Amino acid sequence: MRKLRKKESAACLLFLLPSILGVIVFVLAPFTDVCRRSFTAAVSGDFRGIDNYKQVFENKAFWLAAGNTAKFVLVCLPLLIGLGLLIAGFLSRFRRIHFLKSAFLFPMAVPAASVVLIWKLMFDRQGFLNLLLTRLGEAAYHAGIVQSAPVFHIDYMGTGAAFWVLVFSYIWKNLGYTVVLWLTGILSVSDRLREAARVDGAGEFTCFVRIIMPNLKPVLYTITVLSFLNTFKAFREAYLVAGSYPDESMYLLQHLFNNWFTNLDFDKMAAAAVIMGFILFAAILLLQKLWDERE
Amino acid sequence: MRGIAVQNRRRNNDKKKKNGQICALAGKIKRKTIRAALMGFLIFTGLFICSPVFFLLSGAITGEYELTQAFKAVLFGENGFISWTLLPEFPTLEWYQKLLFYSPQFFVLFWNSVRMVLLILAGQLVTAVPAAWAFAVYRFPFRRLLFTLYIVLMLMPFQVTMLSSYLVLDRLRLMDTQAAVILPAVFSTFPVFLIYRGFCSIPSGLLEAGRIDGAGELRLFVMIGLPLGSSGILSALVLGFLEYWNMIEQPLTFLKSKQLWPLSLYLPEIGLTQAGFAFAASVITLMPAVFVFLLGQDYLEQGIAMSGLKE
Repeated sequence: MRKLRKKESAACLLFLLPSILGVIVFVLAPFTDVCRRSFTAAVSGDFRGIDNYKQVFENKAFWLAAGNTAKFVLVCLPLLIGLGLLIAGFLSRFRRIHFLKSAFLFPMAVPAASVVLIWKLMFDRQGFLNLLLTRLGEAAYHAGIVQSAPVFHIDYMGTGAAFWVLVFSYIWKNLGYTVVLWLTGILSVSDRLREAARVDGAGEFTCFVRIIMPNLKPVLYTITVLSFLNTFKAFREAYLVAGSYPDESMYLLQHLFNNWFTNLDFDKMAAAAVIMGFILFAAILLLQKLWDERE
Repeated sequence: MRGIAVQNRRRNNDKKKKNGQICALAGKIKRKTIRAALMGFLIFTGLFICSPVFFLLSGAITGEYELTQAFKAVLFGENGFISWTLLPEFPTLEWYQKLLFYSPQFFVLFWNSVRMVLLILAGQLVTAVPAAWAFAVYRFPFRRLLFTLYIVLMLMPFQVTMLSSYLVLDRLRLMDTQAAVILPAVFSTFPVFLIYRGFCSIPSGLLEAGRIDGAGELRLFVMIGLPLGSSGILSALVLGFLEYWNMIEQPLTFLKSKQLWPLSLYLPEIGLTQAGFAFAASVITLMPAVFVFLLGQDYLEQGIAMSGLKE
């Protein structure tokens, strides 16, 4: 590494300064303050030790929200990553896919607010999904597969199904960039290598598993991190469709934070923000380390 | 005897060849069918994914009577189901008319959205581009540590920094002003990361050559960095636009007065009883994002791909 000359270090400092100052003022300094506050009472400012943390851990809503969030992440990530890989694998076998890629990416451009109305109509008790299911049931009845034609009146937003509606909306929104990321990984494997494998008698599937998959590890890391963080943005759709207090099955940490904020529950919020910040920090570093070791 | 054996073998060979050809043909047909089926599946999925937007477009030109007929099951709790025709029987522009000529409030909100997004992007350009340049070009002490910090910050969800942002905005007396939404977003570290990736592809020899020719550091940045890193910068802008046009959490937390709200927060308030109006408003909200998406799709894909490559 070459040492910086005086002129260069001055320039470097000037280039960096606006960004660093902003980050310190708007993120780092206040977050340190939040860490301090997590040990004090919000109103009086008295030192309270770990009482705030205890309060968070004894809070039922916190466990509900944390459980739901964990479940949401554990359901969504494998589903999204798998579906994305499948579609990218299919897409990679065609040449002219510009148009299709646009179609998959398109939901990224659709603001949550614009589709909320559609989701409401789709998942209503008398909405499109139930209509479709009932029609399918009728068709099955006429074909003689089932004894009677069932009429569906499932209340998706008011029952445990709300969770799956949220999963659907998350997949819909995020599938596009997952596909694009997988595609860049798949296409980075040179055609020659694939041809060579095929000449040696590897079938389509073997070729995919043995030649392409090993090259996708770095992409997998990025997809995992980005998709994980985007699970937090699923709150937008959830909030716009169902408000601050949705069905229990989709009450997420984001709802909890929002409600604590509205109720000015700053002690709990500070403690919970610190907990969440540190868990995520550890997760990111761990993933990064795993990623580095694989290389 | 020998002649016959040779003839036989030749005949056998011919047969084999023919069989082989048939097999190859069958294989080809099979492969073609699979390919067609795959393509069909992909096109179907693509259409399905885009279908909510077709739905919005057709809803926005459907008249009040037809909408009420279609939605009466949902609206009034009558028996039966919602119904829908692909295109309305009597297309109308009344909702757009109502929206564009008789709802001045809509323009205020639209303008709010535009102003906030543009100011955020401008702020990001001013702070993030030079910072990315510094990370890409200079090997200063603690560079790695600082960069890791930037990555961690870029990956933190809004909820973690929500309270801290509130504290500082409250101290600066910025709560319930649009600056409360704009300022924290300006210092988001994601664009720094993305633009940095773009700058990294510039060969260092080029910069050395520039220095030997007597160019100052600022000159190098402006003359070499900006043009060569422009695709990274554009990617960051496109991704940023789509992200901030869709902002919900920040205005919801930091803006109390509704006249300051962006469109994205106001739209869901319209409700189903004014479905046609809501459809038209959704379409108008969608348009700038789609415009940017179509114009910048290559940069968008590059940006996504860039965030995926290893350092």
